[in-house]
This record gives sequence, structure tokens and C-alpha cells, in this order.
Amino acid sequence: MPSLGADMTEGSLVEWLVRPGDTVVKGQAVAVVDTAKSAIEVECFEDGAIQELLVEPGTTVPVGTVLAVLADGGRTDAPAGATDTGETAETADTEDSAEAGKTVETIKAAEAAKATDSTKATGAADTAKTTERTAARTTPLVRRLAHDRHVDLDSVRGSGKAGRVTRADVEAASRDSGRIRATPYARRTASELGVDLRGIDGTGTDGTIRARDVRAAASGPATPARPASPAPAAAPRPAVSPEPPAPDGHAQARRQAIAHLMSKSKHEIPHYYLSTTIDLAAAVAWMREHNRAVPVAERLVPAALLLKAAAVAARKVPEMNGFWIDGGHVRPAAVHLGVAVSLREGGLVAPALHDADTLSLPALMAGLRDLVRRARTGRLRASETADPTITVTDLGDQGVEAVFGVIYPPQVALVGYGRVLDRPVAVDGLLGVRPCVTATLSADHRAGDGAVGARYLATVDRLLHHPEDL
Amino acid sequence: MDREQALTVVRESLAAAVPGADSSGLASDAVLREELELDSLDFLSFVETLSGRTGVGIDEDDYARLDTLEACAGFLVTRTG
Repeated sequence: MPSLGADMTEGSLVEWLVRPGDTVVKGQAVAVVDTAKSAIEVECFEDGAIQELLVEPGTTVPVGTVLAVLADGGRTDAPAGATDTGETAETADTEDSAEAGKTVETIKAAEAAKATDSTKATGAADTAKTTERTAARTTPLVRRLAHDRHVDLDSVRGSGKAGRVTRADVEAASRDSGRIRATPYARRTASELGVDLRGIDGTGTDGTIRARDVRAAASGPATPARPASPAPAAAPRPAVSPEPPAPDGHAQARRQAIAHLMSKSKHEIPHYYLSTTIDLAAAVAWMREHNRAVPVAERLVPAALLLKAAAVAARKVPEMNGFWIDGGHVRPAAVHLGVAVSLREGGLVAPALHDADTLSLPALMAGLRDLVRRARTGRLRASETADPTITVTDLGDQGVEAVFGVIYPPQVALVGYGRVLDRPVAVDGLLGVRPCVTATLSADHRAGDGAVGARYLATVDRLLHHPEDL
Repeated sequence: MDREQALTVVRESLAAAVPGADSSGLASDAVLREELELDSLDFLSFVETLSGRTGVGIDEDDYARLDTLEACAGFLVTRTG
């Protein structure tokens, strides 16, 4: 369980996006984890093959807990180092379902032989690992079915020979436990609305319940909402909230997480604040010219230019980039721009646009649209939530002129933009009306002084006067 | 395109472009950006969808005329003749 932010101590596994035997590459999303703030996709940190999934969906575990074991060819990284080669081979068998289907007989034969072996082994070693027992008690095809249906094989009583778990056993258990296919956003919505996912007909692929199904169920009288019966997304949190979660339990958890982080910031970080009003006439004119020449899908919004300027300025004034850790300023080489995104159901997240200073404006704009969309549908990636080096909050769409923000610890600066407004401005001794924005800087006084902050804002100003160079 | 058709495609485009935006109970003269809390990215997605579905080119200069359901429908009726 990776730490997906300075404030995260535990996370709840929502679903696996891979299964044992799958080949994975570094950076591939392998699981969805629910934090107090939102559902986030966790990326794999190495190439390899998934050997074993150690944590069941629906379980809340502390940061640092091993979620899965990766096999790297013949070598295994299993913490206990105790997985026999038979099982590795067996998981490989399940890799391709088509192939598994064609060679059912072969697998059955191999499985029969293995069952004999493992009966001996089980007799010899009472301390055999759970996974080995499970492997011995069923066939790869049934294991796969159990995984697909989210059935815990150890809890299934086998009706086959020597207590082996059969396909029928898993199907029965699956019906009993009623593990429900639903998207992370749907689970969150259900938790917030106090809707029981059981009894909702999913309209997604394979009957997966989508958020709109939950909302439809919540508004329709046909499905009784049962807040007292924890929805699956809320169920794994008994350690946090012993009583059944309130309908807005998740929103409350998110509120608590923000409360904790912002309190920590104001408690520990000596903020100083600077502000300047920037003439955007050149930037807006350049953007309009650009937008006239491209299809709607490729149009820019002022926010894209403002974000790019903030990122480039962070590279030019590195004192504003990075983290204050253990009494020192850690300055990463890259600029990962945190973008504060307000969520429709309340709260906010500030995921990173990676290497924002190096992106072209069209690329930054596309990245921004993608990031905001995924933030609001619960599909952020772990790396995006963990590593912003400086954050920007743009409240322009909310109509305010300026925002003096609170720094996200352990970052050392936060940039705020207000609304782009037409203002009277003196230009070359004459009064003109031009679009302007108020840019602010909240900075950590431990990491630098006001003069450096002033240099940062002056740099942002200069960059926005030359939009063609952005 | 008549006014009813235009209103329908405006509502559908809003729903498609902005997940969670429900314009069914919205007064036809309510300001969309405020009532539905659309930010500039939402609004761009709406324009993109509306233009794609109707084939009507929408310039940035037209944005100001797309502030309510009524105004959007009127804009489409004018442009489609």
C-alpha cells in the first residue's frame, strides 16, 4: 500500500485490475485504492508477472503493507520466499483464458497428479502457507472463477474429492456473498448516498453498477436505501468508524483528511504572502488567435497559460519548488505541478501534471482536461497524487479576484490565481481597459525570503507577457 | 432545427459533456455556468459536444451568447436557419 500523499496512513483496496499470471510493466495501473480523498489507481513499480494477490478487495490496510507478489522470471520476491515452482507454473497456465479453455483436459490431468502430491505435502507440513493449501484444493480454472467473482477460496467448503473446491462450490459461494461489480465512483456515490449496492441493476459492462445507476436507485422509491447496512465501499472501514457510516461518510472522511492536512500546514509552516496584478492582454490575444485556428477540442483556456507560467517560473526560481523535509529544502530537478481540482460532491484534490514546465501548451491543456476528468471520476494514478512539487489553485471560475492559499505540506509554495477581469490599466501614459489576473504566492518562510518570492511572481508576470514563448 | 429540437440537443450535450450536470429541473433563463457550477474546462467540453452534435461552428466570440438554455437554443436556431 503506497503512501498517496503526506496525510495518508491507510488505504482500502477497492479492486484489482490484474490477476495472477498477468504480465505487468512498470507504470501500469494494477489496482484501485480508496483513500480518504478519492479512489486512486496504483501503478506497478517494476516489470514482472503477478504471482499472487495478497490483499482482498474491500480490505483496509496500513501504508507499507505488501499488496501483491511479483514474479520476475524464475526469481520470486515473495516476502516469505516460500512459493513452490508448481504454483508458478500453474498460475502461468491461467494466463490465457482461451488457451486454458482448449487445454482443459491437460490441466485436469496435471491437476489430478498435483492433488496427489499436495495431499502428501499437506500431511507432512501443517504450516503450509494458505496459498499453497488453496492451490492444492482446487483447479486453476476454479481459482480464476473465484478471483473473478471475488470469492475467498479459503472460506469455501469443498464438495469434491478430498475436499476439493469445485466450480459449483464457487458459484454457490458467489451467490451467497453477493460480491457486487461496481465502479469505484459508484461505490463512493453509494456510500455517500447511503444506498445499498445490492438490488441495483448495473448498466455497465457485464452488469457493472455505474454511478448513474446508484443515483437512479437513490432517487427512485423502488429500491429501499438502507444506510444502516454498510455498503461494500464503507464496509472495510470498521477500524475507523465503528458505527455504521452516515450517508455522507465518505465526504466526511475527505473533509477530515483536508482538515488534518491544512491544520498541519498552518501549524508548522510559517507562510508569507505576496500578490501582484498581471496584465493578460498579450496572453489572451495570443490564445484567441490560436483558438481560431484549431478545432474546438484543441482550444486553450486561460488556465492552461496560467499553469504553464507557474510551472516555468518554478523551474527558473527553484527556491519555490520542492519540499521542506527534516529541516532542509529538498529541490527536485523536475516540476510536477499540483492542480487543485474541486470535486462536485465537495472537497478537493490536487494531483500532479508531471513535468508541466516542459509540456507544450496543447499538451498541457490535454493533460489538464484528462487530469480534471479523472480526478472527478475517481481514476487518479498513485504517482499523480503523491508527488506534486508546487501547487496551483485557480479560483477564477468561482468569481473571486484573488486567493491566498494554504501550502500543501511538505511543499514550500502555493500559487493562487483569481478571475480574469477587465480592468483599467495605465499603458504608455494612457488609460486602457485590459484583461488582468491577480496572481498570489503563499510561500514557506523557512525555505526562502520574500525577495525570492517576489522574483517568482515577477517571473510569472514576464512569462505571461510573452505567451508565444510559453 | 426548431426551438424544441434545439433545447433537447442543448440538454443532451450538457449531460454528455459534464458528468453529473442535470439540466432537467433548470429554468430556461438560469445562467448555466453558475447554476451547474461549470468551470472553463466543463464549458469547453459542452461547446465541443454541442458543436459536434449539431455541426454548428462555435467560435470563442460566441461563448457569451451561450449563457442560458434559452440563449443556447436561440443561437442554434439562428445558425441552422
